[in-house]
Amino acid sequence: MAAPDLTTLTVSAARDGLRSGAWTSEELTTGYLERIRSVDPSVHAFLHVADELALAKAIEADRVRAEGHGEPPPLLGVPLAVKDVLSTQEMDTTCGSRILKGYRPPFTATAVERLQAAGSVLLGKTNTDEFAMGSSTENSGYSPTRNPWDLTRVPGGSSGGSAAAVACGLAPGALGTDTGGSVRQPAAFCGIVGLKPSYGRISRYGLVAFGSSLDQIGPLCRSVEDAALLLEVMAGRDSRDSTTVSDPVPAYSRNLDGDVSGLKLGVPEEYFIDGMQPEVEDRVRDAVEHMAGLGAEIVPVSLPHTDMALPVYYLVVTAEASANLSRYDGVRFGHSAQAGSMMENYRQTRAQGFGDEVKRRIMLGTYALSVGYYDAYYLKAQQVRTLIKRDFDRVFEQVDLLICPATPTTAFEIGDRIDDPLSMYLADVFTLSVNLAGVCGISLPCGTDAACLPIGLQLIGPHLGEQTLLNAAHAYENTTDWHARVPDPIA
Amino acid sequence: MQSAANEALWDQATVLFLAPMTTSDKSPHLDHDTVRAVADLARLDLTDEEVVRFAGQLGQVLAHAEKLQAVDTADVPPTPYVLSLANVAREDEPAPGLSQEEALANAPEQDRGFFRVKSFFGS
Repeated sequence: MAAPDLTTLTVSAARDGLRSGAWTSEELTTGYLERIRSVDPSVHAFLHVADELALAKAIEADRVRAEGHGEPPPLLGVPLAVKDVLSTQEMDTTCGSRILKGYRPPFTATAVERLQAAGSVLLGKTNTDEFAMGSSTENSGYSPTRNPWDLTRVPGGSSGGSAAAVACGLAPGALGTDTGGSVRQPAAFCGIVGLKPSYGRISRYGLVAFGSSLDQIGPLCRSVEDAALLLEVMAGRDSRDSTTVSDPVPAYSRNLDGDVSGLKLGVPEEYFIDGMQPEVEDRVRDAVEHMAGLGAEIVPVSLPHTDMALPVYYLVVTAEASANLSRYDGVRFGHSAQAGSMMENYRQTRAQGFGDEVKRRIMLGTYALSVGYYDAYYLKAQQVRTLIKRDFDRVFEQVDLLICPATPTTAFEIGDRIDDPLSMYLADVFTLSVNLAGVCGISLPCGTDAACLPIGLQLIGPHLGEQTLLNAAHAYENTTDWHARVPDPIA
Repeated sequence: MQSAANEALWDQATVLFLAPMTTSDKSPHLDHDTVRAVADLARLDLTDEEVVRFAGQLGQVLAHAEKLQAVDTADVPPTPYVLSLANVAREDEPAPGLSQEEALANAPEQDRGFFRVKSFFGS
């Protein structure tokens, strides 16, 4: 029996090996836990490692398989990691925040529950910018995560822990969340696949709320097939999230034929801008040509309100965040300052528990919603959001998908942008619009820059257009080998 | 070396994206009293150092947001939410909820089965 190479193992290959008996879940899980012990001190991808719990679940999965009653669940025994903004009854859930240190939710997020029901084994909870607010994982209240391709650089964010874990083989797949690019951007920076499903496709129940009209859970993986596999397990209506859609969930992973002939791919001119890293533009243009070579029809298109996405996003998301984060009051859960009066306790609890970026966003949102500014900021942003959404509605009447870069540059150095919020926000400038419009998007590796850092290609599809999106991404991946690159071993 | 090149690119990108802000005559700073008033509404204690720092940073973001004012939104309805789902209801079926013990498990302070709060009128 050959031990699998965990640095390249995919979710689907892990599953196949478990099915064929090439390895057991106990062997896989032990292997990942050992890798986490030796590699993660340098990367800091995990906030919490499940150790004994994971091993017990793995042994249980092997027992279920050995007993062999009927068809085993699709992910039986497959180890996965989960971003720490998703509630898990069996593990602490801190959202990367000091204010939730030691918090143990009384329930588990639907998406996680569905992965567990499908038999997967949770290795632990991954690092994130505090409450998913950030683009580098430097805003974690615990410790920044490092990019496995270059430990002096950020992995992107906010799902940087999940992206780094998958990129250096600490898990074959992981869950992230994407409010403005937080799955796709770190996937691009870490050279892996990241999917942001359409709004309403996956239940948000148990996802600790940040920007409720924008948040979506999405998988980070080593292959497009894996993203499809995890999506089909998690997607679908949930009575506990009234914003989930009841449209049927296709068997996404089984419908990847890789045929893109005649597919209309729009190239939005606004996504190729003077300030971007030239190598990113070059590799993405190469990818466009590659897709044309596979038979796709390339159509230049325009999304004229693209440059409004950044200000719209930062007014909408901060307004929603300021309301959502009012629940951290030091009374029912989380940190309490134990100050003298109730009002003092609110003020000091929040001052001590929240980091700078969370405070900034709460204040910006409070300001945008306050009397006298509501119309000028919040309402105006919602109106321009309508125009951004209409851009997508219009363009998807002409083309099937859009093809563009995922980020304007490759991964930047730790510390470079942390004191300049606006320049940090620019890292998401190509991903924000997708959330504002509620459509779906995927990032996948399409090259490297001179420093050998990964470059991400983004494909964008219409609402509930996941099958077409995944199929086109699969076609690209199938005929290139960027996804097969792995970072140098980390001691 | 790569970092310096990236640095230059970011600066260039910053100028391009933030042009309305950097060319604006308006001071890119919120005044300190406004920052304190907003922090008060948000129930956040700020140090004097934070007031100064956040005034500059929030002012920058708000100055950038000014570019929205140039967009004609007459007769454009707002989009608070992208789906057209409305009045979503579920079956009203009785099911067990959290026990008192479970509900209180994370409470910083509890007293005889209740969440304990600080005195409202101060001590």
